Amino acid sequence: MTPIAITMMIIAILTVWGGLALALLNLQRHPEDEGALPEEHAPEL
Amino acid sequence: MSNAAAAGSPGAAPAKRETFSSRKLFILSAIGSAVGLGNIWRFPYIAYDNGGGAFLIPYLVALLTAGIPLLFLDYAVGHKFRGSAPLAYRRLHRVAEPLGWWQVLICFVIATYYAVIIAWSLMYTIFSFTEAWGDDAEGYFFGSFLKVAEAPGIGFNYVPSVFFPLLLIWIAVIIIMVAGIRKGISRANSILLPLLVVMFVLLVVQSLFLPGAAEGLNAFFTPDWSALADPSVWAAAYGHIFFSLSVGYGIMVTYSSYLKRRTDLTGSGMVVAFANSGFEILAGIGVFAALGFMAQAAGAGVNDVVTQGIGLAFVAFPTIVSQAPFGALMGVLFFGSLVFAGVTSLISVLEVIVAAVQDKLGWGRIKASLVVSVLVGAVSLALFPTATGLYLLDTSDAFVNSFGITLGALVTVVVLAWFLRKLPLLSAHLNGISTIKMRRTWMVLVAGVVPLALIYMVSNEFISKISTTYEGYPEWFVGLFGWGMAGGLVVLALVLTFIPWSRTSKAHLDPEYQSIMDEEEAETAR
Repeated sequence: MTPIAITMMIIAILTVWGGLALALLNLQRHPEDEGALPEEHAPEL
Repeated sequence: MSNAAAAGSPGAAPAKRETFSSRKLFILSAIGSAVGLGNIWRFPYIAYDNGGGAFLIPYLVALLTAGIPLLFLDYAVGHKFRGSAPLAYRRLHRVAEPLGWWQVLICFVIATYYAVIIAWSLMYTIFSFTEAWGDDAEGYFFGSFLKVAEAPGIGFNYVPSVFFPLLLIWIAVIIIMVAGIRKGISRANSILLPLLVVMFVLLVVQSLFLPGAAEGLNAFFTPDWSALADPSVWAAAYGHIFFSLSVGYGIMVTYSSYLKRRTDLTGSGMVVAFANSGFEILAGIGVFAALGFMAQAAGAGVNDVVTQGIGLAFVAFPTIVSQAPFGALMGVLFFGSLVFAGVTSLISVLEVIVAAVQDKLGWGRIKASLVVSVLVGAVSLALFPTATGLYLLDTSDAFVNSFGITLGALVTVVVLAWFLRKLPLLSAHLNGISTIKMRRTWMVLVAGVVPLALIYMVSNEFISKISTTYEGYPEWFVGLFGWGMAGGLVVLALVLTFIPWSRTSKAHLDPEYQSIMDEEEAETAR
């Protein structure tokens, strides 16, 4: 592969998969509010 | 889920809305929907044809400025108004209801032909062992396999080798649909999506080891920076993002209506959007590595063999399967991926219709999903596995994309943003429960960038389709199944809006939704 093609491939992988990794990380840091269905939904104090 | 118990018995307490049992399952299902045939057979060619490596820039810009904002719009509508597309838009504002029906009808058309491509892929998974196509993949596909008629038309010359696999696909899909959100859709996605990823990664690895793979990747990634100055390249990026993310035709509205109340919508949406793009990049690498091999074997340049869609899947890939070492394995991985990617998208398209029928008629899950899937399946089986089916498929696909999905998305965005001015309300809903807050930026993108991009796309399509008859097919054929079908969807959407909602429908009887509204009102008042 030519250097420019390799460079673009690395940039594409880093931005898109990096974006996915960041999005997953963000989700992991905000765990799900388990079972917050309407009837179990306590008004926040 | 025993929702069906409440079906059709007036006076009984209405069934509670189904939910995804976890955020993870919703995300898996939404990715399953977004990752479809287009990711595998469309993206690689679009990127190659529009600047190669340089395409990454318009692609990411389109993703961030239009794709993701539109995805959030769908999430906000579905989640806030907790209904199928027609019900959610009706709850947003009564005049918006036809938008929902339009989206339902678009899904009806898509489901009928999308299943056919999955059926072909299923057959080709088996053919990978026998190499049924011999040394003429193209002649085999159009001639021996599809038995395509000389001229477009509507005929009833059924082709058994397409009819029976299609029947099989419909039976499988009906079972998934009847089983419901948790036992059907969630479960199917949690099995098929990981399987799809594993198979596709193996396919990419195998492709990368083929001689000539590097040449293919050179063709795919070498940037042509001058493309960035070409407006059509930017239009291609926006166009691709719209179709790739499955936004604007009810799917994400429907899926997000099954989410629990306090769910991180934007955080989940980011994962879905980037996972979809991540898969596309992977597909680009795999497809072009394989095309590089095919070019080398033919002693030609990559630009001579490059193709997309049906030509890529059913002509180029069979050729590669015949020539590559361990070709049968490669064929199974490729066509199996198409089947799995297709099924997880097809069920999301069908769910739009099932949910709408459930809401409008107050039917239970089993009844609605059976009636809808059997009806759509019957239409699909009656019209497409015939000698003229390919012409119909091609025409429906082209017109439902341009004057269904794209035009529908444009009208929806303009009505919501400019006429009903609901974006502040929806933005507040998104920000109330989500980790990634977009506020004004989101509104500017949805009200400004998205409609501009859509107007450009729709007018381009209109000009190209009005100036010459599509594909040179007979005028009556394109008039009826292209323009007529697309226009018919709009008329039918209005008709469906005027049919009154059943007394037991969710529009009249939904204590669950009412209690949410009351709570939200109380919270605002506090």
